[in-house]
Amino acid sequence: MRFVDEFRDPEIITKTAEEIRRLIDPARHYRFMEVCGGHTHAIYRFGLKDLLPANIELIHGPGCPVCVLPMGRIDDGLAVAESTDHPVMFTAFGDMMRVPGTHGSPLEHKARGVDVRIVYSPSDALKLARCNPDKHVMFFAIGFETTAPSTALTLMRAKAEGIKNFSVFCNHVTIIPAIRAILDSPDMRLDAFIGPGHVSTVIGCRPYEWIARNEHKPIVVSGFEPLDLLQSIVMILRQLRAGEAKVENQYKRVVPWEGNRAALRAMAEVFELRPYFEWRGLGFISQSALRLRDSYAEWDSERRFQVPGVRVTDPRAAQCGEVLKGVLKPAQCKLFGKECTPEHPIGALMVSTEGSCAAYHSYQLRKEAVTSIHSAA
Amino acid sequence: MCLAIPGKIIDVLEGSPTLGTVEVVGVRRKVDLGLLQQDDMPKPGDWVLIHVGFAMSKISEKDALEQMRTLAMLGEAEQAMQEVQGYGLEETGPNSIVREKPH
Repeated sequence: MRFVDEFRDPEIITKTAEEIRRLIDPARHYRFMEVCGGHTHAIYRFGLKDLLPANIELIHGPGCPVCVLPMGRIDDGLAVAESTDHPVMFTAFGDMMRVPGTHGSPLEHKARGVDVRIVYSPSDALKLARCNPDKHVMFFAIGFETTAPSTALTLMRAKAEGIKNFSVFCNHVTIIPAIRAILDSPDMRLDAFIGPGHVSTVIGCRPYEWIARNEHKPIVVSGFEPLDLLQSIVMILRQLRAGEAKVENQYKRVVPWEGNRAALRAMAEVFELRPYFEWRGLGFISQSALRLRDSYAEWDSERRFQVPGVRVTDPRAAQCGEVLKGVLKPAQCKLFGKECTPEHPIGALMVSTEGSCAAYHSYQLRKEAVTSIHSAA
Repeated sequence: MCLAIPGKIIDVLEGSPTLGTVEVVGVRRKVDLGLLQQDDMPKPGDWVLIHVGFAMSKISEKDALEQMRTLAMLGEAEQAMQEVQGYGLEETGPNSIVREKPH
């Protein structure tokens, strides 16, 4: 059991938890979805569910860009690194390195001799291209709108400097179509959304207005501390009680309502929307992902190289898709904690720290171990 | 992955791209300032929020220190430092203190 005293401002947190209890309708079952993987992680780490009344259910949405990437895309990226006559260096962020492809993760490919490198910034992938003119450096780009502007600016730099031995394999996805797909899904009945924290620093709060206006559901953009999330839930409950549905910004200290204009301009310069893109668990969603514009074709890995484009379904027993959609809880997947653990992940939700399976495994199981120690004592 | 890391601007290097030297808990690295409003660039002593080597926004010192505490609460402080230390490919030396996560 996570003790409130361990948090900062425990009195305010206790008061906020009491406020939540005052605001709920005990006869009602509330379902709130947090879209952002960082929020999923925070909810588990802080044991927030223990602070909430039993009739508030938090559903984890598909806000983990590593988790929603279908295995076929990883295979495609690694195929480029492996099979070309010209040496290609596969670069990606650290959290991509252990994600399983059909023939192993990037790290396992590295062990077999493929040139795979971790970078912490797309500009460092470009730096590798500058320093290794005899190699082609491919940056395997993932992430929502938080990260896409940095990839965009890096491509603008590459073009301005005329660096030819660099390309981006672009898997950037956009959050709004994912939310739309969730709302359109017959499996889901949701009452409100906890809006993503850092995506919103780029896109601002305006893109969420249709959720309030057309779907009549509250959405509150939230920070990542326990108090932020609890305050966001208070704000949602106040709206529901008043029969309102609007966009609110709880994370004002970081998120500007208008977003980041420079970041949005860079994205518009370099990227356009793909007609459709496959998301693990959600299937094909139209206009939900980015690709490089024709003006950047030379830096587009998918146009520079032959990409197999093979669609790969997840291992049949793995229920990644249903967990991603929020239809199943992690522990309800048949492989959870048995064949699929953080040490031997079957699917990406167990690899990424933002994945709900990894978060549940780390924090929930630790909590259960602590509880059993206490009851044995 | 969605880490927003607070850093203090030490200097701003003119030119294109505009880079700034930031300091995060004693570690200094260059980050790209190209996503900030060009008519409101940070000065030495200002604080910014950094994501994958790019400054995303200016923030107050108070909010920067709070963000650092938030990262610690989330258990992401070590990951954040590993990311910052890795900027600029500084990890390629034999005395590198940046390690790949064990698996």
